[in-house]
Amino acid sequence: MAAVTRGSFSLLRRMLSHQYHHRGFRSDWTLKPHVFRCDTKLQLLSSRLLHTAMMFRGPIVQFKLSDIGEGIMEVTVKEWYVKEGDKVSQFDSICEVQSDKASVTITSRYDGIIKKLYYDVDTTALVGKPLVDIETESSSEVIQEEDVVETPAMAREEHTHQEIKGHKTQATPAVRRLAMENNIKLSEVVGTGKDGRILKEDILNFLAKQTGAILPPAPFQEIQTPVPAPSLFAAEPVSTPAATQPSPATPKWPVFTGKDVTAPLKGFSKAMVRTMTAALKIPHFGYCDDVDLSQLVALRAELRSVAESRGIKLSFMPFFIKAASLGLLQFPVLNASVDEACQNITYKVSHNIGLAMDTSQGLLVPNVKNVQLLSVFEIAQELNRLQMLGVSGQLGTAELSGGTFTLSNIGSIGGTYAKPVILPPEVAIGALGKIQVLPRFNDGGQVIRAHIMNVSWSADHRIIDGATMCRFSNLWREYLENPAKMVLDLK
Amino acid sequence: MLSQIRGTWPLIGCWSGVRMCQTGARTKSSSSGLFIGSGLVLQSRSTDVHHNLALEDWIDANVDLQHCSILLLWRNRAAVVIGRHQNPWTECNLPAMQRMGIPLARRRSGGGTVYHDLGNLNLTFFTSKKAYDRKRNLKVITEALRQVRPGLDVQATDRFDILLNGHYKISGTASRLSKKSSYHHCTLLYSAERSVLTTVLNPSHFGIHSNATPSVPSPVANLQDYVPSLQWEELLDALVHQYNAEFGFNSALNLVDPADESVFPGHQKFASELQSWDWKFGKTPMFSVHTFLELKDNQSLAQTRAKLHMEIKNGLIGSCELDIPADWLPKRLSGELSALLVGERFCPHRAAAALSALLRFESGDLKDRLHNLCDAVLSVMG
Repeated sequence: MAAVTRGSFSLLRRMLSHQYHHRGFRSDWTLKPHVFRCDTKLQLLSSRLLHTAMMFRGPIVQFKLSDIGEGIMEVTVKEWYVKEGDKVSQFDSICEVQSDKASVTITSRYDGIIKKLYYDVDTTALVGKPLVDIETESSSEVIQEEDVVETPAMAREEHTHQEIKGHKTQATPAVRRLAMENNIKLSEVVGTGKDGRILKEDILNFLAKQTGAILPPAPFQEIQTPVPAPSLFAAEPVSTPAATQPSPATPKWPVFTGKDVTAPLKGFSKAMVRTMTAALKIPHFGYCDDVDLSQLVALRAELRSVAESRGIKLSFMPFFIKAASLGLLQFPVLNASVDEACQNITYKVSHNIGLAMDTSQGLLVPNVKNVQLLSVFEIAQELNRLQMLGVSGQLGTAELSGGTFTLSNIGSIGGTYAKPVILPPEVAIGALGKIQVLPRFNDGGQVIRAHIMNVSWSADHRIIDGATMCRFSNLWREYLENPAKMVLDLK
Repeated sequence: MLSQIRGTWPLIGCWSGVRMCQTGARTKSSSSGLFIGSGLVLQSRSTDVHHNLALEDWIDANVDLQHCSILLLWRNRAAVVIGRHQNPWTECNLPAMQRMGIPLARRRSGGGTVYHDLGNLNLTFFTSKKAYDRKRNLKVITEALRQVRPGLDVQATDRFDILLNGHYKISGTASRLSKKSSYHHCTLLYSAERSVLTTVLNPSHFGIHSNATPSVPSPVANLQDYVPSLQWEELLDALVHQYNAEFGFNSALNLVDPADESVFPGHQKFASELQSWDWKFGKTPMFSVHTFLELKDNQSLAQTRAKLHMEIKNGLIGSCELDIPADWLPKRLSGELSALLVGERFCPHRAAAALSALLRFESGDLKDRLHNLCDAVLSVMG
């Protein structure tokens, strides 16, 4: 079983190293680095002009590029995973080299700090010559033998065990760091991992028991099992599956191990900021209403199979869009555009109705062009096409620009009322809530089941007044509540 | 549940490494202390390129190859696979691949770009680093082919290709060396769609300058075209038989399902990484784009030319310079466009979303020209 343990362990280890490199965190592994740094600082302060080897704890080792095999004498350095000043542990990836179609990851043999990189990317490195200089810690173990000689699997695992009171406790470097930061002795924690290995959850459980507080989710992604959340105001220690320890006398506050991450806004996010800032300049007014979709629900149920036989999925949106277009024919000011100074208004002839779409990138608004010329079925076809493009992240500028009016079906995710923001250069937008089955009174005074949907409109109050919006909304509602009326006015 | 096997021993037996692998194959120690291990032949049931590449990663990470060698046979539905340090924009036709629904994958081994489909067999030889011997592995293939069709002219070259009739490439090689283990994989063209191959491996891009590993194009041929009577099953059996004969193993062919987490725990993690944009495109070595854009005004039919220079690192646009005649578009617009692209992925879809927002604020002729410029810039990205 040794190789399985070694295998899954090294897998975990390798994955950990990779994540650390990705995030710019350096794996911290033992207490020694901290002590080492403090010492150096003291020495620096006391003897600033002295620049001798005395200042460094450990020797600088020239890590040579070892024999790749097959008589290869030189390789091309393709990618560096470290830079000067970075800390590395043994087995961390240092760089990627390539020779003759063979790709090799060079891993470190030592713990320490990278002092010098001997090659740039895309240059040739020679086997047997130094690749990097690593400043090692004087007491760290160094495996001296060549790569090709086989070592028993156990030797590698021993290196990362923390020996406490003669009892070997298995834990990954990240877990040991977490324990150290919270002043927890690993020997006091019960490990629930394989072979009694201590996992992050075990440390968090240990902390939770001590404080009785809910701990925030941790930033590292090693293990996926959720942390059980004990009650916030528990007077006694809460028992958890891993609990065998009595709570200590002095409770400790939970330590948050997350770190703020700041990143500049780029590309699409930057564009969004600009759009929304411009939108803010528009004086919005809102207008909301209920729409009884009972008849439309019945109609769609009838037509669905017909559409499917033609290969198209029919939702409610094509009806909403067509009804909006019919409404815009009567109230063209809602399909207009004003310039930034609000000096001129342009009445747009094409009804390019945008659909707010939630994609992996964020909110995109592709639009259906010339709805005034399309039938409900054609709108459904176009919607299917846009949805497929949206899902595969393939919407282009043609689909994403040129909109004149927007509908946002926020109800598909959930929610009823909204206060949508107009997307300039448009002047109006509608947000559709989810369709709910609610009790209503019919003409005879009886309670019936009705399919009710809320719509929340926003419009530019500089050029649109409340009455216009109200009448447009009423017309739109009438078309949907009584689809037969839509048939009468269909173009 | 263990996946279905055709051998007589459970698969798990090999993972331990110190125990014996497979049907009674004994681990021998010669007098010099060298450890001769045992072998296992696997065939993947999956035809998903990411799952199969992830399976290679899984085996490399989890199996102790000091005591056990593995031959993995696999094939994929249509896909283009680039080498670890290659540039997808210069190696293949990304727009065509998108239209045809052919995915891109980046493998961890070096080497050039290949087209995979169900008519292409992939073989991966997993061994310890000491036992890494590509010539010997290729010998397994050439000998196997000669066994089933004596007199067939197949030769391995110095570049570790296999040539048919001294001229047509039927196999290409790439490998990956880790600390103690290695794998060498190669293709074998049996009945791949040659026309699709030519289309997708013809890059649509020019004006890209990079130090990425370039592919070396060669004329290719399908085995089936020259040996029509050779059946797929016959080929597989011959390869398994020859592998066993060459290395002294005694393994039957075992079917495995990479997506089965009970047999390959943690496989999904490898697969997800391989499917991410950051791996496929973000791992492209730094490159720059120097090209001219032909701009047209659809109303007045006027035309002009703009110069575009972009630097791309980790798949993200590091810098973007657009040189457009001042009478075509105001400088501030091209400046805004460039500023918006910096930091975004070198991907036409991401960029389209950002640039569409820019289009909102312009109108009339200026908007049309700006739209035309945006489309021209996006077409450079594939």
